[in-house]
Amino acid sequence: MNIVVCIKQVPDTAEVRINHETGTLIREGVPSIINPYDMHAIEAAIRIKEKKGGKVTAVTMGPPQAESALREAISLGVDEAVLLTGREFAGSDTLATSFALASAIKKLSADMVICGKQAIDGDTSQVGPEVAEFLGIPHIAYVRKIVELQDNSIKVERMMDEGHDVIEAQIPLLLTVVRELNEPRLPSLRGKMAAKKADIKKWGAADIEAPAEKLGFSGSPTQVKRIFTPEPRGERKMLSGSAEEMVDALIKELLQKKCL
Amino acid sequence: MDYFLTEEQLMIKELSRQIAEERVVPVREELDEKEEFPWEIMNVLAQSDLFGLFIPEEYGGLGKGSLELSIAVEELSKACLGVSTTYAANALGTFPILLFGTDEQKKKYLPDIASGKRLVAFGLTEANAGSDAGGIQTTARKDGDSYVLNGTKQWITNGGEAEIYTIIALTDKAKGARGASAFIVEKGTPGFGFGKKEKKMGIRASATRELIFEDCRIPKENLIAKEGMGFIVAMKTLDSSRVGVGAQGVGVAQGAFDEALKFARQRVQFGHPIVSFQAIQHMLADMATEIEAARSLVYAVARFMDSGAKEFTKVSAMAKLFATDVAMKVTTNAVQVMGGSGYMREYPVEKMMRDAKILQIYEGTNQIQRNVIAQNLVKEAAKPK
Repeated sequence: MNIVVCIKQVPDTAEVRINHETGTLIREGVPSIINPYDMHAIEAAIRIKEKKGGKVTAVTMGPPQAESALREAISLGVDEAVLLTGREFAGSDTLATSFALASAIKKLSADMVICGKQAIDGDTSQVGPEVAEFLGIPHIAYVRKIVELQDNSIKVERMMDEGHDVIEAQIPLLLTVVRELNEPRLPSLRGKMAAKKADIKKWGAADIEAPAEKLGFSGSPTQVKRIFTPEPRGERKMLSGSAEEMVDALIKELLQKKCL
Repeated sequence: MDYFLTEEQLMIKELSRQIAEERVVPVREELDEKEEFPWEIMNVLAQSDLFGLFIPEEYGGLGKGSLELSIAVEELSKACLGVSTTYAANALGTFPILLFGTDEQKKKYLPDIASGKRLVAFGLTEANAGSDAGGIQTTARKDGDSYVLNGTKQWITNGGEAEIYTIIALTDKAKGARGASAFIVEKGTPGFGFGKKEKKMGIRASATRELIFEDCRIPKENLIAKEGMGFIVAMKTLDSSRVGVGAQGVGVAQGAFDEALKFARQRVQFGHPIVSFQAIQHMLADMATEIEAARSLVYAVARFMDSGAKEFTKVSAMAKLFATDVAMKVTTNAVQVMGGSGYMREYPVEKMMRDAKILQIYEGTNQIQRNVIAQNLVKEAAKPK
């Protein structure tokens, strides 16, 4: 089974600092890591490979230094890696990013694409499903368990706010995964040695046969206008006590505010 | 200090450190409290190829040497000596096969050991044979195509958990130490059982048990080297493993020192962080110096061994002796620097101090190491120039 994992290099911090003038993330001085959710995607792909055979390819779009994220992926057991890099990709929103990734994945002919549910810097959760749309394959987001994997179909549990759905789908397809799916492994020594020597493919727009107008800034219908810290919401009140007491208090409160 | 490690050695250091920090530190307190064998961590070490470090590539290992093994042991020991003892005892149990095994024995056992699929233990010590290893009483009687083992081994690290055991037993009682032989015994062999798990002062994550042999019959192919070679197998094994105990000493000392320094920078008394007081500074300076000296000796001896040296009994004893005495001193002083906090289980240094004590005792007490060093000094001096 040919599996492609989409990964993103992100700053290693939950406290992302923002350049207010440009509305972009400040990456200087912050160590970079593979997006934590993508680590679960890599783990899932490697486990499938270990069981079913095949190959795992990691793909990322980013600046040249994103190569280190791909080498780390190889140290974990990924076989090959592709870096989409070049000026033509700069300024991409989720649509342009998804288009570029999907164009690359087409060249790699994947049976399955696995992504983390979202990146910890942008937090949109859009890229995985958008890639699936561009590829014209089904997707299942928020996968927390792979129940069964056949050659042509897969059965998974999708995490929901309350409980989960059990979904069966045809292969090829795309999954986005949550932390509950697995515990990512640490690298192996052989993996680290392989990562050092590995040839990372660097692809530009021409390599993925993608028209320039669909990439980067010009392929992005959305633009970040302003980044700001939201004001704390106004007056708040926490109710406590038994359910009955809280319901009574809530009704009283709503009546007072003339909401009821 | 820069020890001019190769890129691969740095890789081993970095990976071992990552495992120690991410997988060992978060659970070490619980493993110690519950005296729980660290299977999960052993599985991580297996998946990371660390069990294969010192095993030749033709048998599924990475073909590295004593320095690489010492580096891995040091990093794990910084986090938890119970975990590193389990890992290092595996190497100890493997050396008899590695150094003296036939090609068949190596092919049969080393790949599983390198992959971490099967854990190994070394069985020498008995109730009446500790420092006096010549006093062993376990026997192995030749009977047709088999040997039949009888006797009890004591305080065997990885006992019960390991699947492969290298055992020293007497094939000829009349000859004493010269009548000893080494054998491979697999867990599950009829007549081979385990005693209770010992309750220890430290390294409580590691398993220590009796091995009980009652008419335990093993194929004659499980004899390592020749009959009568057992004592030599044991001594050469200990020669090879000793530097690793030194590396454990360096690791636990560094771990305790790091905690003490961190604490001293934060703890305020008399209006200042205690690290600004000369009494504390001098302690820290001594500790850091001793650790660096111990590390230098351990690395130098490991490199000497890896250079193909044939005779390294004296220097490996020196490395074990010095580094483990440093470990005891530094962990004790780390507790002292941290005062009441250091004595509390809330901080890791009391455990490190309890753990460190074993290093002066096992794989030859430090008194025995001094005997070994002195014997070699006398021998060298008597040699015609």
